[in-house]
Amino acid sequence: MALKDITLGQYFPGHSPVHRLDPRTKLLAVVLYIVALFLANWFVSYAVMFLVLALSIKISGVPVKSILRGMKPVVFILVFTALLNLFYTGGETVLVHFWIFTITLEGVFRAFFMVIRILMLIAGTFLLTYTTSPILLTDGLESLLSPLKKLHAPIHELAMIMSIALRFIPTLIEETDKIMSAQRARGADFESGNLFQRARALLPLLVPLFISAFRRADELAVAMECRCYHGGEGRTRLRQLKYRGADYFTLLLFLAITVGVGVLGHFGL
Amino acid sequence: MDPILETKALTHTYSAGTPFERTALDHVDFAAYPGECLGIIGHTGSGKSTLIQHLNGLLKPTSGQVLFQGTNIWTDPKATRNTRFQVGLVFQYPEYQLFEETVYKDISFGPKNMGLDEKEIDRRVRDAAHFVGLRDDQLEKSPFELSGGQKRRVAIAGVIAMEPQVLILDEPTAGLDPEGVESILGNIRDYHRAHNATIILVSHSMEEMARTVERLVVVNDGHIPIQGPPRQVFQHGDELEKMGLGVPQLTRVFHRLKAMGVDIDPSVYTVEQARAAVLAALGRSPRRTGGEPAADEKGAV
Repeated sequence: MALKDITLGQYFPGHSPVHRLDPRTKLLAVVLYIVALFLANWFVSYAVMFLVLALSIKISGVPVKSILRGMKPVVFILVFTALLNLFYTGGETVLVHFWIFTITLEGVFRAFFMVIRILMLIAGTFLLTYTTSPILLTDGLESLLSPLKKLHAPIHELAMIMSIALRFIPTLIEETDKIMSAQRARGADFESGNLFQRARALLPLLVPLFISAFRRADELAVAMECRCYHGGEGRTRLRQLKYRGADYFTLLLFLAITVGVGVLGHFGL
Repeated sequence: MDPILETKALTHTYSAGTPFERTALDHVDFAAYPGECLGIIGHTGSGKSTLIQHLNGLLKPTSGQVLFQGTNIWTDPKATRNTRFQVGLVFQYPEYQLFEETVYKDISFGPKNMGLDEKEIDRRVRDAAHFVGLRDDQLEKSPFELSGGQKRRVAIAGVIAMEPQVLILDEPTAGLDPEGVESILGNIRDYHRAHNATIILVSHSMEEMARTVERLVVVNDGHIPIQGPPRQVFQHGDELEKMGLGVPQLTRVFHRLKAMGVDIDPSVYTVEQARAAVLAALGRSPRRTGGEPAADEKGAV
């Protein structure tokens, strides 16, 4: 069944230095990287950014192919962005002019850089999700956002919801698979018919699936109550997040890169 | 006699071509004969679930063939669909697939998909409900109002209503109390007799199997290492033990007695046989001393 082949969170287990970094470091580094990307505005600064990305991917050991594969769904957005920038950028050097369309040299550069920027943005965030397990990522986010708890933002609750959702995705996929098989054994047909017929055919799948999801939620709630779960206050963790030397180094490096690219961008490089 | 359902060199590999590749079945030759009551036994992950899902065309073999009444079920889509109706499969915990507003509608889901006319559907639904011991007034209830055991009956009725020639049940008694187990097994035996259908029972309870089936097929690690009548299969006690299966407790006791030097026939697996063996060892003829076998059994256990 094809359902089992879905990759979730697209995590690529590994032991590279990138994998071993603290999730908070990676999150902050990605934020700095994105800021730097928006500060870059000419070939030199983009070249620096590209170098940073290429080196990070190399160190992480994630196959370039799988990063490229993840770009497929955004091709439409890329093309759209490129066209918009191409036609709507005013400038001095007119290259082509026909009917109501004008293409300027500035437009060409702008479209080119925009596409590169989006591609590198996606590649960078992919690297984060490829090298950090979803659970660690949630832990990292919770820890980074914890200052907001002072403002009574329900950070722990949100993180808990996220971890539980992640935890149950494989379970629900398995369940879907099982119910589908069971209904197909009774002659249900999920593959043929027009859109309306197909939607109707999903009913014997969705009803039991929802019922079991509610049942599981109920059981989980009871199990959590039985263990005296009462929210985030005073709760300790199995996996303690801890900054190490490599984390400080990475953060400083990315800070330096961001400042450097900002300076380069400021001088129009 | 020709088998009604047969696999030839059936191989199934999950997630082929990925790092998660796993061969669940490896060149399995399996056969079920018309009208027999067959048991498939194996521990979790042995490949037994994969095997039964091939028998009615839910899974497509990676290589090898599945034959129903001598024809390959994958030659054309019509044959595949037809096989699903002729080979009924009741999954583990089938009560979780109920979805309709009433019990009646849920049981009629299968027959409706078969394209039968209304009168025939009605007859089949009522017959199937009768088989599993549902009352007429329960047919109009929502299946979600019923108890766990009753839900399972409804789900089994949903498959029986298709009147399949082969009925496969995956752990039909899992999680039921002893009374529920007996009554479900009774329903299955009734269907077996009434339709002269082939029954394939999947379980890991040796006791339950020994009492119900005529032939046992042991699945282990994607192969069928042992098959035959229960008495014969249970002689491979050590091998079964290694597969994490073991033999019925009674058989184990009798093997131990034999090892201790008691002159007794160890190939027993039901209370009836045990009684006969003990009496024979004591030099007395096994005569009936009144009482039903069921009562006898309860007393002994």
